[in-house]
Amino acid sequence: MSEVLERVAALRAEAEVAATSAADVAALEEVRVRFLGRKAELPNLLRGVADLPAEERGTVGRAANEARQALERLIDDRGAELEALELSSSLAGDRIDLTLPGDPAQPVGRLHLLTATRRLIEDIFLGMGFDVLEGPEVETVHYNFDALNHDPAHPARALSDTFYTTDGAVLRTHTSPMQIRAMQAQEPPIAVIVPGRTYRRDNDATHTPQFHQVEGLAVDVDITLADLRGTLLTFARAVFGEQREIRMRPHFFPFTEPSVEVDVSCFACEGSGTLPNGSRCNLCKGSGWIEVLGAGMVDPNVFRAVGSDAYDPERVQGFAFGMGVERIAMLRHGVPDLRLLYDNDLRFLEQFG
Amino acid sequence: MRLPLAWLQDYVRPELDTAALVDRLDMTGTAVEHVLAYGVSGVEHFVVGKVLSAEQHPDADRLRVCLVDVGDGGEPKQIVCGAPNVAAGQTVAVARPGAVMPDGTKLKAAKLRGVVSDGMILAEDELGLGSDHAGIMELDDSLEAGTPLADVLPIATEVLELEITPNRPDCLGVYGVAREVHAITGAALAKPPWAKDPHPAGATIDGVSVAVDCPELCPRFTIRAFDDVRVGPSPLWLKGRLAAAGVRSISNVVDITNYVMLLTGQPMHAFDADRVSGGRLTVRLAADGETIDTLDGQTRSLTAGMVVIEDADGPTSIAGVMGGARSEVDGDTTRVLIEAATWDGPNINRTSSALGLRSEASGRFEKGLSPQQTLEAQAVASALMIELCGARPVDGTVDIGADPDPARPQAPILLRDERIEALLGVAIPRRRQIEILTSLGFFTTPGDDGLAVGVPHWRRRDITREADLIEEVARVHGVETLPSTLPPRRRLRAARLTHAQSVRRRAEDTLVGRGLLEVAGWSFTEPSVFDRLQLPPGDHHREHVALVNPMSETQSILRTVQLPSLLDAARHNLARGATDIGVFESAAVYRPAGADAAAPATEVHVLGALLIGALPGTASWRDGARAARGADAPAAKGMLAAVLDALRVDWSVETGTEAFLHPGRAGHVHAAGRRIGWVGEVHPLVARAWEIDRTAAAFAVDLGLLASLAPEVAAYRDLTSFPVLREDVAIVVGADLPAGRVLDVAREAGGKLLTGVEVFDVFAGEELNPPRPGTVSLALHLEFRAEDRTLADTDVAPVREKIVAHLRDELGGELRG
Repeated sequence: MSEVLERVAALRAEAEVAATSAADVAALEEVRVRFLGRKAELPNLLRGVADLPAEERGTVGRAANEARQALERLIDDRGAELEALELSSSLAGDRIDLTLPGDPAQPVGRLHLLTATRRLIEDIFLGMGFDVLEGPEVETVHYNFDALNHDPAHPARALSDTFYTTDGAVLRTHTSPMQIRAMQAQEPPIAVIVPGRTYRRDNDATHTPQFHQVEGLAVDVDITLADLRGTLLTFARAVFGEQREIRMRPHFFPFTEPSVEVDVSCFACEGSGTLPNGSRCNLCKGSGWIEVLGAGMVDPNVFRAVGSDAYDPERVQGFAFGMGVERIAMLRHGVPDLRLLYDNDLRFLEQFG
Repeated sequence: MRLPLAWLQDYVRPELDTAALVDRLDMTGTAVEHVLAYGVSGVEHFVVGKVLSAEQHPDADRLRVCLVDVGDGGEPKQIVCGAPNVAAGQTVAVARPGAVMPDGTKLKAAKLRGVVSDGMILAEDELGLGSDHAGIMELDDSLEAGTPLADVLPIATEVLELEITPNRPDCLGVYGVAREVHAITGAALAKPPWAKDPHPAGATIDGVSVAVDCPELCPRFTIRAFDDVRVGPSPLWLKGRLAAAGVRSISNVVDITNYVMLLTGQPMHAFDADRVSGGRLTVRLAADGETIDTLDGQTRSLTAGMVVIEDADGPTSIAGVMGGARSEVDGDTTRVLIEAATWDGPNINRTSSALGLRSEASGRFEKGLSPQQTLEAQAVASALMIELCGARPVDGTVDIGADPDPARPQAPILLRDERIEALLGVAIPRRRQIEILTSLGFFTTPGDDGLAVGVPHWRRRDITREADLIEEVARVHGVETLPSTLPPRRRLRAARLTHAQSVRRRAEDTLVGRGLLEVAGWSFTEPSVFDRLQLPPGDHHREHVALVNPMSETQSILRTVQLPSLLDAARHNLARGATDIGVFESAAVYRPAGADAAAPATEVHVLGALLIGALPGTASWRDGARAARGADAPAAKGMLAAVLDALRVDWSVETGTEAFLHPGRAGHVHAAGRRIGWVGEVHPLVARAWEIDRTAAAFAVDLGLLASLAPEVAAYRDLTSFPVLREDVAIVVGADLPAGRVLDVAREAGGKLLTGVEVFDVFAGEELNPPRPGTVSLALHLEFRAEDRTLADTDVAPVREKIVAHLRDELGGELRG
């Protein structure tokens, strides 16, 4: 082996040791300058290959080139290694305690529980093909009572039960007047719900003079009481859980015939009336059922009150229902007293919506 | 209505325990609100006894020591008794140790003044049968010792509290409920108690004349007369029945009228015939201001439209509501007239509401009773008057308004099989329809496609149409058995929120996203709120909808402004330790409608917010605990901007104020040339009226108007093909000039190429170098863009110069620096 080749091998070995043992990026840079810089020996050897005897040029040139490339790779690799080490040590020192609060704290607002519940109900019925309508809260006696087949002596008309305005109008006692207004505005088939404020002269733990209802109305040529049952079962499951059942109890309302009250199976005791610890379920008072709304098939007199041939009770039929938003909200969230909904205490409002 | 089960069992005995009967009633339309235990419990400890001896107590003058055979086969029991009338040989009611009295007291063997008493001999009041405590009850001597007392006296029964719906006045009597129970359980129904009428026939009564002047309000009026009446206490069984039904025993005659009402549903009234002046009764309309002394000892003033029954001396009853004191039956009465009438329901309802006088009678009449019930009740009453009062019925019944042809058939209602299935979604077999309807007292005649159904008289108000019959069949057959199906959806249209509803949600959500809590205010308020709002007389906000019958003065009108509701919420929370308030409401305010309006009031859906204290999201704990920004007018405007910009409404705030706002820190909100609301700080005097002594900033906008201005679909604009060119200018203008004017002039002058202009810095003229008091320097960002090319400085320079020139010429603005 020629002397030159030995020198190349020695330089390579020396440089490899120096590069591997360089402790930081700066030291490595020194190694690079020392072995690969302009004045270093290995590049000079390469530059001097032309001066060598012809038979050595190839071998020496190859060996020196290989040595240079290997060294460059080694230094690059070692450099990346050292940079990574240095970055991680610098990041480790650049620590922020994220168990401390975020900053600036982003505020969290809330919808009122009644709005949140109303939207829940709206969205369920939108999914079932019901439009959402709204109507006047100050209503005529005609729409609130007469057109809804209320007997002239119906007790709900009394001054003790219903708010009257000095102009002879009433504050609507239910969202049902919109049944008539909706049918007057739109031909069948019709499927609507009507959320909104309603008013009755009552004030105790279970009644406030202002409250909210959602009315429902579906009319076509063939809508049945069984369809009402299916619609309300779907609703009850969406609100109170997929395991729920409903039952319909015959009742009386002036504007539906037949009329039913609808109970949902109790979600506190799974409809058994008894809690797992053996005590009586307080929510359903041991009955296994909770009353949630009133409903029925639209009374023929209500169709007649629309005043349109399109709603001839011999040709169309349908169902209507009405529920209290407060009641649904209180049941779903375990709110014990209706009046909490109107106190507007921030500590209450923050819990929902 | 209180239904004692023991009484019901006189007419129907379903083979169901109470819980099962209650369930069946609940599921067929007669809701059972409560099941009450009336009377004693531990009934096995109540027996008939024979007093064998009654000796004076050695240590107590008023007590006797009795030996009583209680029929248990053992020794006679020693019982100490305080009643003055106890004597050997009597048959008595005995409570043995273990008995529980109606008040819950449990009886034990006890010593009375040193003598053991192994039970108690009972007086009426101790069993709740009456108020008589003068002495023990003496029972029929034919009863054997040891007979269970419950077989002899109504000492215990379960009582159902029924919710009778207003369409079912036929169920306001025990027999009516028995008929219903018969229909829903299939148990046999006994003949009605009026099946036999013992009263001697005749169409007139000697010495009694009756006239009905207002037959439309009194469709039926019947009178019977009785002589030789012995008024006295009722027998124990009757007292027990009434007590279980919650009615106090008064005397046999009065008790009979109450008993018959509870049994048949038909109220009755008894007159002392000798106190009916002139022997004549007239039913007529009351004169306005006429007075009458009613049975409850009050003097009532009547108004026109009410109906009275009068005799020769004037009014003696308020028809259908309450009898008068003058002709009341008392202990001296020997001749009695019993009246049973039918009154117009709405009229009775109005009368009892106006007088504030609700009675068992008025509650039944206002639901509309069947005229035929009058004679049913008379028949039962006659039998009892004869049996219990020894009365001699006087020949004849005065019957005004009687159906001239009671046998005439009513037009039947057609009940089509196909309609039942169409309405319910399932068919009900014809056989089952007939069974149900017949059991309820309907008459059915089968036809080709259904039944012709005759309605019994007691259901004629309620059942007038096919739908009513379908309900009867469905409810008894059981609606709980229906399948669950969904209505067909034939509209080729998706259900979705209207644009206005979507806008409302977005607006609400925007405020929620900025940390505000939504409140639910009252639609009601009080007239004095207008003064608290500093509204001058004649201010349009004072025009309001007033209530005739508010719950209280504080809720006597509908709100015309939403702000007070928000201030109420703030006050509530500040008083409870809250320091920062950020609330909003999304709900209506109300104004009287114009004469030609479609609805009685104009209702405007307002979105309003109120901010007090730290502005949500502005506090930092890191920068040396930098304090949060306090809520003020610009903060309220920023919050409002979030809403309006979220809705993509082109809006501005213009000079203007409201009486309830800080006059220097308020503005009107405009969009599309219309005023849609206001923003600013609440006037300190207004805030003070709500006990708020800090800056309260607020806004309110008409969400209905906003919805009409917010684009439903945003159209695409090319903002990416060509870049914008930005320049800043600073303009010095008079300090009083609203910045909005500067922006307006700049926009106008900038034309199409100026796509944006906004203020990014403001400082007072005093801070300029040299100072220029009375001026203000506004720094503006100008943004230029063309739709078809990249703008060069040479494009923009002339526009910029034009803007500066207009600001100078129109507003006296000077370019600075």
